[in-house]
Amino acid sequence: MDFITAEDLIKLCENGLSIADAMRTREIEQGETDAVTVEEKMKKALKIMRDSAHKPLERVLPSTGGLIGGEAAKLNEHAMSGRSICGTVMTKALIYSQAVPEVNASMGVIVAAPTAGSAGVVPAVLFALEDEFGLDEKTLLDGLFTAGAVGYLLMKHASVSGAQAGCQAEVGSASAMAAAMAVAMMGGTAEQSLDAASIALSNLLGLVCDPIAGLVEAPCQSRNAIGAANAITCAEMALSGIKAVVPFTEMMQAMYRVGCRLPSELRETALGGCATTPTGCAHNCRIFGGCE
Amino acid sequence: MAFISVFDVIGPNMVGPSSSHTAGAASIALLTKKMIGEEVRRIKFTLYGSFAKTYKGHGTDRALVGGILGFETDDERIRDSFELAKAAGLDFVFESVTSDDDDDIHPNTVDMEVEGVSGRVLYVRGESLGGGKVRLTRINGVKVHFTGEFHALIVVQRDYPGVVAGVTSVLSSYGVNIAYLRVFREEKGGLAYTIVESDEEISENAVAEMKKNPAIEDIMLVKR
Repeated sequence: MDFITAEDLIKLCENGLSIADAMRTREIEQGETDAVTVEEKMKKALKIMRDSAHKPLERVLPSTGGLIGGEAAKLNEHAMSGRSICGTVMTKALIYSQAVPEVNASMGVIVAAPTAGSAGVVPAVLFALEDEFGLDEKTLLDGLFTAGAVGYLLMKHASVSGAQAGCQAEVGSASAMAAAMAVAMMGGTAEQSLDAASIALSNLLGLVCDPIAGLVEAPCQSRNAIGAANAITCAEMALSGIKAVVPFTEMMQAMYRVGCRLPSELRETALGGCATTPTGCAHNCRIFGGCE
Repeated sequence: MAFISVFDVIGPNMVGPSSSHTAGAASIALLTKKMIGEEVRRIKFTLYGSFAKTYKGHGTDRALVGGILGFETDDERIRDSFELAKAAGLDFVFESVTSDDDDDIHPNTVDMEVEGVSGRVLYVRGESLGGGKVRLTRINGVKVHFTGEFHALIVVQRDYPGVVAGVTSVLSSYGVNIAYLRVFREEKGGLAYTIVESDEEISENAVAEMKKNPAIEDIMLVKR
C-alpha cells in the first residue's frame, strides 16, 4: 500500500482508516520493515522530543551564538504568576516551542520535524495537548504518524527546506503537520486534518528565512512559537467544521511556487530580512569577526 | 525519487543546531572513521565554503571530531568532543579555506587527512548535502561517490581484468545481494576503487577470501 497524493490519502481513509495507520502501513510495506521496529523508532523520537521540550525549564542552556537562551523558563515563570494572557493550551505550547530550539542551539539532541530549525512546533502542540487532556501514549504516537504523513506529502510535492523555499517551507510545513496532528489527537477526521494543514500553510505563506549570522537561533526560535500557535488555531477551526477554501494539495503547490519566487537573499543565506538589519549585522560581526 | 520514510520527516534524531552543518558533519566524519577501521591518532580537517565561514556557530568542528571518535549524529557527547578527543589522545587541527575561487567545491565541504594508530593514512573529501544527507566524493585523491546508506565494501585494487568479477563471485557465494557497484579509477592500469553497496551486512570472512587476490591492495568494510 502506498499513497502519493493527499487525495489518495483521503480515499484510503474513507473506510475508517486513520491517517496515522495509513502512514504506518505505508512505512512497513514501502520501507520493507515491520510494525514493531516502526513503533519503537517512533517511541524513541517521542522520548527525545519530550526531553528536549522539558529540559530548558530546569536549566537554561547557552546557545553557541549567544542570541537566545532562557526563553522557555521566562514563559513558564510568567505562566506560574497567573498573569498569562494566552490560556493554558496556548501557554504550554509557547513554552515548549521555545524550549526545543533552545536545546537545538546549545548542541543538545532534538528530532528534526521536519527540520532542526522548526523542530519546536510539533512537540509544542503534542505536549500542550497531552498536558491539558491527559492523552495516552498511543494517541501521541498516532499524532506523530499523522504529522509524518503531512510532512511526507510536503517533502514529496513541495519542499521543507528553508534554503529552497524559505521559512514557510520549514515552520510553515511544521505548522501544517502539527495542525493535522492536533485534529487527529482530538478525534477529528482525516479530511479535517488536511483542512487544518491547508489553513496553517496558507497563514504562513511567504514567510522568509533570514537567520541572524546564519545561525539557527533568531528569528528561528520565536517563529517556532508562531508555528505552534498557528497550528492550534487552525486545528480549532477545522474541528469546528470550518473547511479550507483551498485544498491541501493546491496549497502545497502554492507554497512551493511562492518559495521558488523568493529572492535568494531571503532563503537561508543571511543576506536579507532580520539578518541584514543593523542589529543583525552587529551580531554577525561579534560572532564571526572579520568586520572593519 | 527515493522512498521518503516517516523518519525522514520526524527525524533525523540529531545533536543541533543544523542538519547540514552539525549532523551532516558528524556523519561524514563517522563514515571516515568506519573506513579507516581503527582508532584515529591524528586528523587534519580542511573546511571550505559555508563550513569554513560558519563552523564555529554551528558546532561543525565539534561534530567532525565527534564523528571521528565514533559518535552517531544523536550522541550528546558531540558537544564535549574536543575534551573527549584530548583525553583519548586524538590530535586534531582545523584549517579554513575561505576564498570562493573554486566553483567546483560544494559549499559544505571538508577534506580530512586521517592517521590511524597503526600508522595507516587516509585522505577523504566529504560533502554535506542538506537534511543530514552526505556523500564522500574523494578517497586518496580518486573521485568517488559514496553515501554510507548501505552496507559497503571499498576495494582498493590494481586496475587489472577480473578483479571485480572475483569480488562479486565471493559476495554471491556468501549470499550477499549487491544493491550498487561502481568502479572509480584515476588512470587505466593504475589504482582503482570498487565500491560495492549491499542490502546485507558483509562478513569479515568474505573480505579475507577476496584479499587472497594479489591485485587487491586493501579492502575497507563499512557497516551501515
